[in-house]
Amino acid sequence: MKFLALIYGDESQWANATEADMAATFEAHTVFGEAAGKAGVLLGGEALELSHTATTVRVRDGERMLTDGPFAETKEQLGGYYLLEAKDLDEALTWAAQIPEAQTGTVEVRPIMEFEG
Amino acid sequence: MTSGPQVAVADRLFRRESGQAVATLARVFGDLDRAEEAVQDAFLVALERWPRDGLPDNPAAWIVTTARNRALDRIRSERRWAGRRMALEAELRTVGEDREPETSVSPIVDDRLRLIFTVCHPALAPEARVALTLRALGGLTTAEVARAFLVAEPAMAQRITRAKRKIAGAGIRYEVPRDADLPDRLRSVLTTLYLIFNAGYGPPIRAELCGEAIRLARLLVALMPDEGEAIGLLALMLLQDSRREARVDADGALVLLADQDRSRWDRAEIAEGERLVARGWALGRVGVYLLQASIGVEHARGSDWTRIAWLYDQLWHVSPTPVVALNRAVAIAERDGPAAGLAAMADIHDLDGYHLFHATRADLLRRLDRLDEAAAAYAAALALTDSEVERGFIRGRIEEISCRRQG
Repeated sequence: MKFLALIYGDESQWANATEADMAATFEAHTVFGEAAGKAGVLLGGEALELSHTATTVRVRDGERMLTDGPFAETKEQLGGYYLLEAKDLDEALTWAAQIPEAQTGTVEVRPIMEFEG
Repeated sequence: MTSGPQVAVADRLFRRESGQAVATLARVFGDLDRAEEAVQDAFLVALERWPRDGLPDNPAAWIVTTARNRALDRIRSERRWAGRRMALEAELRTVGEDREPETSVSPIVDDRLRLIFTVCHPALAPEARVALTLRALGGLTTAEVARAFLVAEPAMAQRITRAKRKIAGAGIRYEVPRDADLPDRLRSVLTTLYLIFNAGYGPPIRAELCGEAIRLARLLVALMPDEGEAIGLLALMLLQDSRREARVDADGALVLLADQDRSRWDRAEIAEGERLVARGWALGRVGVYLLQASIGVEHARGSDWTRIAWLYDQLWHVSPTPVVALNRAVAIAERDGPAAGLAAMADIHDLDGYHLFHATRADLLRRLDRLDEAAAAYAAALALTDSEVERGFIRGRIEEISCRRQG
């Protein structure tokens, strides 16, 4: 099964991070990526620009409406994702718990929908 | 359909024994709803035949076989199974064949273990785990589960449906977890069973829930005979259940352990609890349930507070929670006097919203003749509990103190 691990965190922490903090986070993700890659679990993943760069799109009655900002204004914002290949939820959660932000923010795990045929 | 006592007996027996069939078919279909559907079909057959022809020798096996046959009928006649028909038929044919009831770990037994782990998965909310466990393994109806937890039936039905959808969609497998996940997953199962027990322990007491929790814990111990914590949980339940009748008086008022009529304790349950505790310690890994059961054994033997306080020290070591600290303080008070207990309570924070914290403090202050402080603490406890039984007890203490202050 494929799972998407959505990484949420408090962006103000990132804004106030020192060079050393950023380097440490980068290093932690490198370690995770290597371990998950070696295990054949990691299919992909990216970091996102901060939520102030977000634009929300809705089309209603044929008219496109754009909103400046993310879908939901919450303390913790989506900041990145990993796409994982795992046998079941337990295995996906084992890996998700090793994503660095699991210690400081929140990681949401969702199965990728599979279509028959 | 006939009615009367035979039907009531058939109904109860069927639902008690149906967990096996639900578990086996859930594995085959990979879907709890389909399994329950087939077992429900078998239930209708049983209600017709059992009252007429008498009960089968082995009801569990009868239900598995009948539910399997009904499931076969369904997949042959319903279009939704077209894609998986061959594989499902082949799988279903192996169900209920060549079973030896004497073997301790048959695939049948494994099915129930798989199902327990599935419906108690930590990714499900605790209340959903409880509801699913009682429905799938305890054979309770949604209405019965709703009544037991004072929830409206539609809300409970929705809770169960949502939990099943999560199992189906989230990638939770009908499997016993890998060794790496086992501690976490087992803890989730044990917590669920204990929640069921506590819901029955009250007050008010609902003996059928306590009985159901004990039955499921027995099953778990039979399936995992080397898990010390499963043994500890079963022992803890038996020891607590042994005091069930003595815990409330004729008016439904709570009776403290020290004031309980020990002749009303269930000796057989205590003896079994003691044997299990000994077996658990022999396994050598001592956890929270085994320690609590050991404390229960000490109470059953006459409450040696020196030993109980030592056991609470061990418990505090493995599980340093505020509630454990509170019980440890009570044991210290019994061993060394109320002043020592009060000193032990001074370190406890974040129990301000817990009525027993205030009631315990009030009791120690009362014994130290600090009556004004005791009255204030009892008032705080009274404001925090809805249980009429406990409120009655606290009000009695408040009256007693006001008499002493006037006298």
